[in-house]
Order: sequence, then structure tokens, then C-alpha cells
Amino acid sequence: MSGQTGPVCVVLIAILVLWYVGAVFMNAPTQIDRYNRADQTWTTGQLIEDTLAQDRPILPAPHQVAVEMYHTIFAIKITSKRSLVYHSWVTLSSTLLGFGIGTLLGVLLAVGIVHVMTLEKSLMPWVISSQTIPILAIAPMIIVVLGAIGIKGLVPKAVISTYLCFFPVTISMVKGLRSPQVIQLDLMRTYNASKWQTFWQLRLPSAMPYLFASLKVAIAISLVGAIVGELPTGAQAGLGARLLAGSYYGQTIQIWSALLTAAFVAAILVVIVGWCERRVLARMGVKS
Amino acid sequence: MTLKQVVNNVAEMPASKKAVVDIKKLSLTFQTADGPVYALSDVDLTIEEGDFVSFIGPSGCGKTTLLRVIADLEQATGGEISINGVTPHEAREKRAYGYVFQAPALLPWRSIERNVTLPLEIMEISKEERVKRAQEALKLVELNGFEKKFPWQLSGGMQQRASIARALSFDADLLLMDEPFGALDEIVRDHLNEQLLKLWARTNKTVAFVTHSIPEAVYLSSKIVVMSPRPGRIIDVIETDFPKDRTLDIRETPEFLEIAHRVREGLRAGHSNDE
Amino acid sequence: MTWTKLDKFCLVAAIAALLALIFPLAGVDGDTGKQVAFVGDIPGLAVAMALCVIAGSAFTWLGVGSVTAGMVILAIAVFGCWQAISVLYDYGVAGYAGPGFWLFIASLWAFVWRGIDVIANFHSLDRTKQHLANFVVPVAFGVWLLFVWEVVVSGFGVPQVLLPPPSMIGERFVNSTDILAADFHQTFVKAVLSGYVMGCGSAFIVAIAVDRVPFLKRGLLPLGNMVSALPIIGVAPIMVMWFGFDWQSKAAVIVIMTFFPMLVNTVTGLNAAGKLEKDLMATYASGYWSTLFRLRLPAAMPFVFNALKINSTLALIGAIVAEFFGTPIVGMGFRISTEVGRMNIDMVWAEIALAALAGTAFYGAVAYIERKATSWHPSFRVRRH
Repeated sequence: MSGQTGPVCVVLIAILVLWYVGAVFMNAPTQIDRYNRADQTWTTGQLIEDTLAQDRPILPAPHQVAVEMYHTIFAIKITSKRSLVYHSWVTLSSTLLGFGIGTLLGVLLAVGIVHVMTLEKSLMPWVISSQTIPILAIAPMIIVVLGAIGIKGLVPKAVISTYLCFFPVTISMVKGLRSPQVIQLDLMRTYNASKWQTFWQLRLPSAMPYLFASLKVAIAISLVGAIVGELPTGAQAGLGARLLAGSYYGQTIQIWSALLTAAFVAAILVVIVGWCERRVLARMGVKS
Repeated sequence: MTLKQVVNNVAEMPASKKAVVDIKKLSLTFQTADGPVYALSDVDLTIEEGDFVSFIGPSGCGKTTLLRVIADLEQATGGEISINGVTPHEAREKRAYGYVFQAPALLPWRSIERNVTLPLEIMEISKEERVKRAQEALKLVELNGFEKKFPWQLSGGMQQRASIARALSFDADLLLMDEPFGALDEIVRDHLNEQLLKLWARTNKTVAFVTHSIPEAVYLSSKIVVMSPRPGRIIDVIETDFPKDRTLDIRETPEFLEIAHRVREGLRAGHSNDE
Repeated sequence: MTWTKLDKFCLVAAIAALLALIFPLAGVDGDTGKQVAFVGDIPGLAVAMALCVIAGSAFTWLGVGSVTAGMVILAIAVFGCWQAISVLYDYGVAGYAGPGFWLFIASLWAFVWRGIDVIANFHSLDRTKQHLANFVVPVAFGVWLLFVWEVVVSGFGVPQVLLPPPSMIGERFVNSTDILAADFHQTFVKAVLSGYVMGCGSAFIVAIAVDRVPFLKRGLLPLGNMVSALPIIGVAPIMVMWFGFDWQSKAAVIVIMTFFPMLVNTVTGLNAAGKLEKDLMATYASGYWSTLFRLRLPAAMPFVFNALKINSTLALIGAIVAEFFGTPIVGMGFRISTEVGRMNIDMVWAEIALAALAGTAFYGAVAYIERKATSWHPSFRVRRH
């Protein structure tokens, strides 16, 4: 659709304005309370100014979050425990590891399901119904159980990410590998092509759009898995840990900046996958 | 075919009957990125009460556009057009015409009967009346007994008949049909043509019918409008005088062949102008 | 008969069962220094193993062609599984399983695979039979997986803090129905349902409003698409701060999570009606609301239901994860995180089983309504004339 940029900018600005208004209104009661306790007289202008500069506001103003993000991303050494770059990297590394393994597993399983009837009939119903299960619920258990046998840090979180992103990949890959039409498959039969020739020449290329569609979902959910995987370990490192620490100590600005950073990381990951998608599909002659 | 002949043809029409559609100097230009497209240029036409007018011509000649202008689905950029003496917009608001599209356009979530009653529902007609009228309309297209079926359970020809029943259900005097049988095979098409003629003879409706089949146009019409593309314009209007209760057999008569020949000549002339 | 015509799975089953008779069934008990059990002492198991050898070799030659043969094989496998379980628990093999035992399991595995294989490839014109076959295969496979889980965990004596056997989880589930019911009520009935209804409902209404303003539509749609890729679950701590520990904060998280999928899908769906159909409504001079209710909303229904299905899983995830950030002392997420802390892993699994059941039932209910409401849609059509 053409001409999206203008409307999107307007909506973003509207959100920003609403955010400021919301911040003033939500923070005003505590601020007024503070004035009253200090027996201080106040004007509306002063109130607005103070509500947007509280230490632990109920809703921090956008510029407060921006300042905090600038501090923790650019102004602090990235090896520091307070650096958001450090925490993002912790989360990102397990996201990517889990995404890689999960995608590989998902594709392999899909190939098996498409080629072995018994696998399809016995496994596919479970793969599909597993989509309806709140899989994230097992995250704490995986962390703690793997921790109990000495596996800590990156791997347990990657396991959760793997587990989460492997189902969408399997499902759309099966769909994609099945997407060639009957006449195309018949054409391959007239060439007496082997199963593997049909796979490489026809099924896999046809499945590419489906694969990338699911990869976008998978990378996003992989990040969610890594973040949730950081919650049960008691706030050591990672964006999830920052969220948890922030909520323990009421550091709303810290929560918001971790949240926005997570959103940026997700957006960048999805954009990268989308870019790969366009490159691959363009090379295959598919119009984007 | 010269312009003079066209004017003559138009002038020959008997003035006694009421004009249902009156078009004068109508033109329609689409502005596109590649410059203006003259979809219709300088169109003059009168459709009278009880006429069966066919529009024939190659694709891009504006026959569908003309029908859509009559139906107020497109707006002309020049000239005048009136339907029953009012503008197309007012005519549409009065539900003055029934429109049959190239495809059946039945709503898949409604049964055949509820598809036929759709316009009646929009016109806020009572339920009993709706069902009664749907029964009548379905009987006219010989689809009684299929009320409770869903569109996908019917063949393409039956679906198109259902869409005709839908256009008939609110008893508008004017029926606009845009290549309604274009997607059907010849056997089904012949059958539906016969049914349509019977319907026309029985109800005395005015029909405007777009087609790209010469035999279909000649067989059905009381008046054939031959059109030509770039710019879309009328190059000939041919009156036929077959009786209203004609049968498929007339297609072997010399008169039929003669008119068909004239239509073909007109189409060819339109093309040679173009090259 | 040539080598290729032999039924290899049955051959494997026969050989494995034969070896199972020869190799020791169980390991040595460290305290007594004796072997825990012998096949010779357990008539049921000996019979099962012998049956496997006989049936395996017989079917190696005969081949498993018919469903009946598949059923026979499965019946033998079920008998074998039953004996294996009883050996584990009644004869104290649990934790001491030896090569003989595992060879027997391998034999059973070959039988089960072959049996499922036959039924999976079963084609019948009789629809009830076909449905039955399509139902039996995944169920049999699922039961087999549970069996393997049980046997592996018990046989190797995996400590139950790592992974409890399914039987123990089942027992825990049955014994703590009161706790589970309370958690279900708190998390599902209070938080999930209210959040789901509010989130989907408000997004639906907003979508209809946005649809009237093309400018907003062009601005919101790309953002809405983007938002669905973001880790929205992260707002959970904020919502807990704003709305407190009880279900309201969880419902708020769910509202935020479900809002955008519903918005994007509904807006897309409202534009799904074909051009021809819109023209048709125009020829009837149908007004905005009339066209909305008669054409555009019905045409949007498949999209709306798609969002409802996506949201049904999102809602449950949102509620459970939000509870990790703080709850009153009840709720599924609360139970999972505290019981994990106490190393009551069986209770955690019982809670996960409950979550799985609730999630599947919720999704199933939405899918059922979808099937009823959009039975006209091509994906549900069954030729029936």
C-alpha cells in the first residue's frame, strides 16, 4: 500500500501525545499528595512539570525512558551489569541459538512428515494440537530442572526458544512442502523424477514463502521465550531479568526502557528476517 | 458504417413508446498514470420500454462501462443520461433496476432463498412478502425446490439463474445484465437464453444485455448496439423484428444470418478504424 | 521369498524379543549384590516375550498386509507393555532395568510402529471407518509416547525432581483436584475469560470504527502488524503495578495481547468482500450499516475467527506468565513458579496438564463455534448431495 509513512507517523505522534497526557494524569495524584505533605502551594504548570520528572512514576514520560535508554545503552560500558546492550546480548544470544536449532528441527520434522505417511498421521495431530497449549508455562520448570542437573545460563533459555519456534515452523513447512499443485507433481512424475529430485526442484522452492512467513513468527516467539526464560532464575542477566528487577524495586523507568529495548530487538530481528525473505524470494523470481 | 447511418438508425425509432434510458453525448474518461483512457466517447442511445437491447463489441469497447454508468456504478464525465427521467443516482436509490453480474456473486453464507430475498431485506419488505416473492422469482428461473441449498451446492448455470432470480425478486422494470452467461458452456447458455427470452416475453421488462457473442446478441435482442474500442463508442444500432416468442430455430433463418452478418461487418469496421 | 519382501520391522521385533530372553532382565542391586529379577521368575513377562518372538517371526514371513494383522500386532504390543509396567513396579525392576528389559521395549517399539503404520495407511470409502482409523493412529501414538516416558523414567530410575513418570503426575492430578480447581477458577475463569472478552470485543469495535477512516486504517494497520511481533508479555510487570496482584492485572495483560491480532484481522476481513458483491449492494442502494451487516461482517467472519483462535492461546499464556510477576496465593502461574521452587515437579506437571487441557478445550470451543458460524466457508465444505 502506498503512502503509509504519513499516516503511520501521525499515529505514532498521537500515541506519544497520549502517552504524555496519560503520564500527567496517572502521576498527578501522587505528586499532589507530595505537595500536600510538604505544605507546598503549586500551580498547574509546576504540577505538569513535576509529574513528568518523578523518580518512580506510575507511568514514566517518554523522555524519561529515552534518557534512561540513552544512559544504559550508549553512556555505560557495554561490559557493565547496568548496560542494556549487555542484557540485550544475553537475551539475543539465547534467542538466536534457540531459533537456529528450532528452525532446523522444525524443517527436518516437516520433511519427515511430508514423506512418511505414518509420521503424518501419528505426529501431525499432536503438533497441531500442541499449538493450543500454553507452552510458555513450562519455562520455569525447564530452567529449574536443567539448573538442577548443572545446565545453566544460555542453554536452558535456548531450549525454551527452540521448543517455542519449532512448532510454527513445522506446521507451515508441512503446508509449504504440500503446496505444489497436482499438475506440477504430475509433471515431475512424467520426468520420472525421484523423491529427492522432486523435493529439491519443486517442493522446497514452493515451500520458501511459507517458511519465511513462519520464521517471522518463530523469531518473535523465540525472543519471548528467552525473556520469559530469564524470569525464574531470579533476575541475573537479560532483558527479562531487567523487567523482573524493575518490578521488584518499583523502578518503572527501568521496566519501560527494558520493554522498549525488547521491542526494538524484536522489530530488528523481524526486519532482518523480512530482508532475507525478500532476497531469497527475489532470487527465486517471486514477486514480493 | 458512417455516423450518418447511426443517426438515421436512431431517428427511425418509433416515438410512441416511453424512453427508459436516455443517453445524450455521454463520455467517460479515466485518468490513469499512463494518461487519460477514453472509455466512452460521444454515446447517444435511447432504450425504450419493453426493449431487449444487446451491447456487443470487443473487450475494451466500453460496453460494460456503459452498463455501469446506467447503473450508477460509474459516473460519466460528460454528456447527459437519464433513467425513467431521473439521474442514475436517483434511479438507483429508487431501486429502479436489477443488475446481473458476470459472476453469480451469491453470498456464500446465505441459502439460495435468502440470497434472493437479500434486496428485499435491504428494502425492508416484510418477511412473508419476501418469502412469497422469492418463491415467484425462483419459479421464473425454474429453481423452485432449491431454496434451502447453499450456492456451492449448485452448478454454475444454476447459480447464475439464482442471481437472475435475485435481480427479478423486487420486480424492477429494468434489467441490466453484464455478460451473465459468459462463463457458462454453450449448451447451458442456449438453455438459459431460451429461458431469458420466455421471461422477457412474459414480464415485458426492459433488458440491457452485454455480450461478446454475436449469435446470442442476435437471438435475444430487439435492438443490437455494436460498439468499438479506443475510444469506446457506438458504431451501429440494428433493430430486429423477430417475434417475442422466437425459438432457437430462428438461428437457421436467412434473416438471422443477415443480421449476424451486419453485426460482424460493424465489428470489423470498428476494428479497421482502430488500426 | 527374497530379503526385500521380508517385513523388517517384525524381524527386528522378533530378534529383539529373542535377545531379551537371553540377556539379563535387570541389573544388580547394590545392597544385596544379587540380580533384581529374572525372566524365568515372571511367567507373564516370559509369555509376552515368547509371544513377541513367535508373532515377530510369523509376521516377518507373512507380512502385515491387513488392518486385522495390524490389530493383532498392536494387541500383542499392548499385552507386552502391560507386562513391562508390571515388571517395573511389581517385581522391583524400576531403577534396575537391564539390557534384556530394554531389548524387550525395542521389540515392542518395532511392533507398535508397524501396527500404527498399517492403520495409518488404511484407506476406506466407509467414512466412519476412515474417521476411526484417523482417530486411532494419533491416540495410539500418544499412548505409546506416554508409555515410553513412563518406562524410561522408571527403568533408569530418573530422579523425580527431574522428570516424574506420567503415572505419578496423573496420581497427583487426581489427588489435588481442589487446588487445581481453585487455580483454574482464578486464572482461567476470572483472568482469561474476562481479558479475552474485553480485548477481543474492544478491538472488534475499534476495527469497525477505524475502517470508516481510511487514514487511520493506513496508519494503524502496519503498526498493528508490527506489534504482534513484539514481546508484549513484557508489560506484565507494569500491569501488576497498575492493577494490583489480583486477576485484574492479568486481564489487562490479556487485553493488550489480544487487542492487536483482533484489530488487524478484523480490519483485513472487513476489506475481504469481493468487488462484485460490493457493486451488488450498491445497485440496491444499500446503506453503510446495511452493507456492513449483510455483506462485510459475514465476509470478515473467517478472519475474525482466526484472530479469536490465535487469541485463545495468547490469553492463557498471558495470564500464566503475568502471574510469574506476582499474584495472590492462587492461580496456575503462581502454582507453577512456587512448586518449581519447592521441587514438587509432579505438581508442576499436573498444573501444566491442566493448562494444556484448558488451552485445548478453549481453542476447541472457539473452533467449534467457527465451524458452526462459517460452515459456508470453502475450508469447511463437505460435499453432501
